Amino acid sequence: MGAMGQKAGTATAGGVVITVDGVSLAATAGQSVAAALIAAGVTTLRRSPGAGAPRGAFCLMGACQECTVLIDGRPARACLTPVRAGLAVTLGGPMT
Amino acid sequence: MRADLAVLGAGPAGANAALAAASAGLSVALIDENGAAGGQVWRAPCGRDGPADADRRAGDALRRRLAASSVIHLASATAWLIDHDGCWRIDLVREGEAHCLEAEALVIATGAHERVVPFPGWTLPGVIGLAGAAILLKANGVRPGRRTVVAGCGPLLALVAAKILALGGEVAAVIDLASRAEWLAALPALAARPDLLARGAAWRARLAAARVPVLHRHAVLAAEGAERVTQVRVGPVDAEGRPLRGAPAVVFAADSLAVGHGLVPDTAATRLLRLPHRHEPMSGWVAVRDRNLAAPKPRLWLAGEVGGIGGAAVAELQGRLAGLAAARALGRLEDGAWRSAAAPLERRLARAGRAARAMARMMRPRPAMVAAIPTDTVICRCEDVTRAMIEEAIAAGARELNQLKQWTRCGMGPCQGRMCGEAAAGLLAPHAGGIAAVAPWTGRPPLRPIAADDVLGRFDYDDIPIPAPAPP
Repeated sequence: MGAMGQKAGTATAGGVVITVDGVSLAATAGQSVAAALIAAGVTTLRRSPGAGAPRGAFCLMGACQECTVLIDGRPARACLTPVRAGLAVTLGGPMT
Repeated sequence: MRADLAVLGAGPAGANAALAAASAGLSVALIDENGAAGGQVWRAPCGRDGPADADRRAGDALRRRLAASSVIHLASATAWLIDHDGCWRIDLVREGEAHCLEAEALVIATGAHERVVPFPGWTLPGVIGLAGAAILLKANGVRPGRRTVVAGCGPLLALVAAKILALGGEVAAVIDLASRAEWLAALPALAARPDLLARGAAWRARLAAARVPVLHRHAVLAAEGAERVTQVRVGPVDAEGRPLRGAPAVVFAADSLAVGHGLVPDTAATRLLRLPHRHEPMSGWVAVRDRNLAAPKPRLWLAGEVGGIGGAAVAELQGRLAGLAAARALGRLEDGAWRSAAAPLERRLARAGRAARAMARMMRPRPAMVAAIPTDTVICRCEDVTRAMIEEAIAAGARELNQLKQWTRCGMGPCQGRMCGEAAAGLLAPHAGGIAAVAPWTGRPPLRPIAADDVLGRFDYDDIPIPAPAPP
């Protein structure tokens, strides 16, 4: 995953490092995890349970549940979870 | 936990209901699943400081007032069950812990979520809601991608496109369902809101300066790509959003698509309480409330968009009225004091209504768009239910939304029908004798997916009492 699309890799005030499937990623504290992933070009977060189709963050306001991933080992909506230093994201989600 | 008043939702309606009730002396608990108050429209920014716009300033002022008030703000809390048994009981999960809040009175201000009428490819990564894009840009300082198509209807189109440009992104095109004439027709109603007009004009000037193509009376026909969207196919539509047959499509290369067709009242809580709902042409299904915002249950008020799409200004005023009504009902505000506080708010509400109705009209449900959805398109994202599967159920006799859910699993997934409900109802309606006969989904707990171990709490299996075996 490259730092594509957004200046996620540049040091900013509140810049912290999270991990996504074990890989380090620069993010901004307080930003939503979903936003940090989109900024880094990580758009496929899980597969749909029926057709196995790629899915990513969609509504970004907590309603659609598409961005549910494991955050520090627990299922959580990436769009409602604020970034904090050391936070660990596991893609794939609990529903696949 | 106990409070005089519980308020569900900390957007413009809920937060103002909480503040009004607290200033009348009520103890108030304000529940919201976001980390900060403000709802979707007045969202708190993260560390990335962008220029403060009007929504941001309104939100910051609200958050300061809440912090200075006696309101207990239960942020990052997921309410999953509401019940009335002498008093209101709200079960919620917060930071992995289960809590039960009891309150004498309840204001439901759950707002709205976005309507996206399904089209082929709308499930591809890189396709996001238009309101979702506004959140991404305004609250997070992040663009949807490098090159974005912005599509749908209403004032968010210009806002999202302008913010993408401001953050250094590229807007491939703006695809607007409305014609220029429709926008011009809405202008007189907006004259009462020069702030909104000025903002809209500034956004459009920015788009013109960047030579962004704006296609009116057009809609997205498909988002295409394998692992994520790589191009967006658009075509001309009629006044109701129906694609024109035989008209040539235009294809834009893009790695992202922000698309939204208006707002849908979030009635999960009001349906769970078995409150009456009705279908309104401008809002879709809304919870029924009387002119004082009261619902037909003891000490219950509905503020903001759960009862009809009206925007932030209307929601704020309704919230204050609901908070005052709760204070009056609990005997903390005498009739005379209530009347003198409520009357000016009601007058302002009547004035705000005109601009709100004009905007709601731009973002109204368009049944013809639903009727035109291609057969193989996924309708229910959670369960991968296509239009063809829904049509098969209808052919077999399904006539009502709950029946369709039981037959096809449409609406049974984690979003609980929030994303697909309106389209599924629209597909059923012509076969059921109209939308009113289709009925919204029956509300079921939990209101949001929750982890079972959060609700069960911590216990040791050894502590579970095992009854003595039955005598032989």
